[in-house]
Amino acid sequence: MCTVCGCGEGETRIEGHDHDHGHHHHTHEHHHGHDHHHHRHGEHTHDYGQGPARAHAPGLSQTKMVQIEQDILGKNNEYANANRYYFSDHGIHTLNLVSSPGSGKTTLLTRTLTDLKDELPLSVIEGDQQTANDADRIRATGVKALQINTGKGCHLDGHMVGHALETLKPEDGGVLFIENVGNLVCPAAFDLGEAHKVAILSITEGEDKPIKYPDMFHAADLMLLNKIDLLPHLDFDVEKCIDYARRVNPKIKVIQTSAATGEGMDAWYQWIRASRQMALAGHPALAESA
Amino acid sequence: MHEMSLCEGMLQVLEQNAEEQGYSKVKTVWLVIGDLSGVEIEAMRFGFDAVMKNTLADGAKLEIIRLPGQAWCMQCAKNVQVNQRFDECPECGSYQLQVTGGDEMRIKELEVA
Repeated sequence: MCTVCGCGEGETRIEGHDHDHGHHHHTHEHHHGHDHHHHRHGEHTHDYGQGPARAHAPGLSQTKMVQIEQDILGKNNEYANANRYYFSDHGIHTLNLVSSPGSGKTTLLTRTLTDLKDELPLSVIEGDQQTANDADRIRATGVKALQINTGKGCHLDGHMVGHALETLKPEDGGVLFIENVGNLVCPAAFDLGEAHKVAILSITEGEDKPIKYPDMFHAADLMLLNKIDLLPHLDFDVEKCIDYARRVNPKIKVIQTSAATGEGMDAWYQWIRASRQMALAGHPALAESA
Repeated sequence: MHEMSLCEGMLQVLEQNAEEQGYSKVKTVWLVIGDLSGVEIEAMRFGFDAVMKNTLADGAKLEIIRLPGQAWCMQCAKNVQVNQRFDECPECGSYQLQVTGGDEMRIKELEVA
């Protein structure tokens, strides 16, 4: 839908999720069929909602000014906050994994799941434009996963994740990984309610990615520099890449990993454990799994 | 970046506000967009007109108030102006900057009927 990056709602599919169940808080969400043909014919089919706001009353009253001072992403942030409360209530530590397509995100994730599944309850929400291939790869590890297909959309939003939670029901006290749509631009702005964004950058991509896509690296708390085993074969300056990342985000932590050889994976697991313990300090779920 | 979805978000805010405040038509929308927000202004204007068609804000005017990027330089211990997230401090050249403003995207005010 979006002329810039293809964003659009209305094509989202969540596995095992019936769109016609009519949740009161989102009924207007699924009618975004803004088909441009309708515009051309001037028909009033652009169905965004049935509320009083649609009641056209031309020429009824004079204009007035309304100060609203609301964030454009306010609606998404409300959904994200609802998710955050849910995670907090259930002691679920949620990580939003973001990267370009092809960074090795799914491979890194499947290895992580295999290595940690006996230690912690794990679950995964997979976001892709199409296909359930990734969720199938995740399920092969024995960890439960739910695929969200965003259709034309280029990112997951708080609302999609909220519904995915209803179906997925991640276990209390566990870790939920959200593998976002491969895209270093849009997911930066859309809070899902996660504890941390983790940016995965593979060294086959070029060391200047952090300054090419500064918003994402600014929003992330951790950068995994992946496929580090390929370093001898590539002309990639690790120091320079880390320096670029720190320029956009002085606080970012960096771990060099290889999902293929296992290098650096322990440091990543240690980060997951430590960030979870920080997030869950005082929560009963932590005492149970300690 | 995703201006069309931002416009969809804006429409949701407008619809909700219209219901709360009891108006039925939006004639002008004033947006505050920071230079570091990642919003492409031209794409935003295009998306706005398309998304607002046949809604309470059909044909509404879009006024954009831009804010410069602001950052706190840890070396100089003061606020400086930046144009990109990865800019160095214009005074000392350090990259130890914390963005303190200019990343907002906010609906400030509406003219309604």
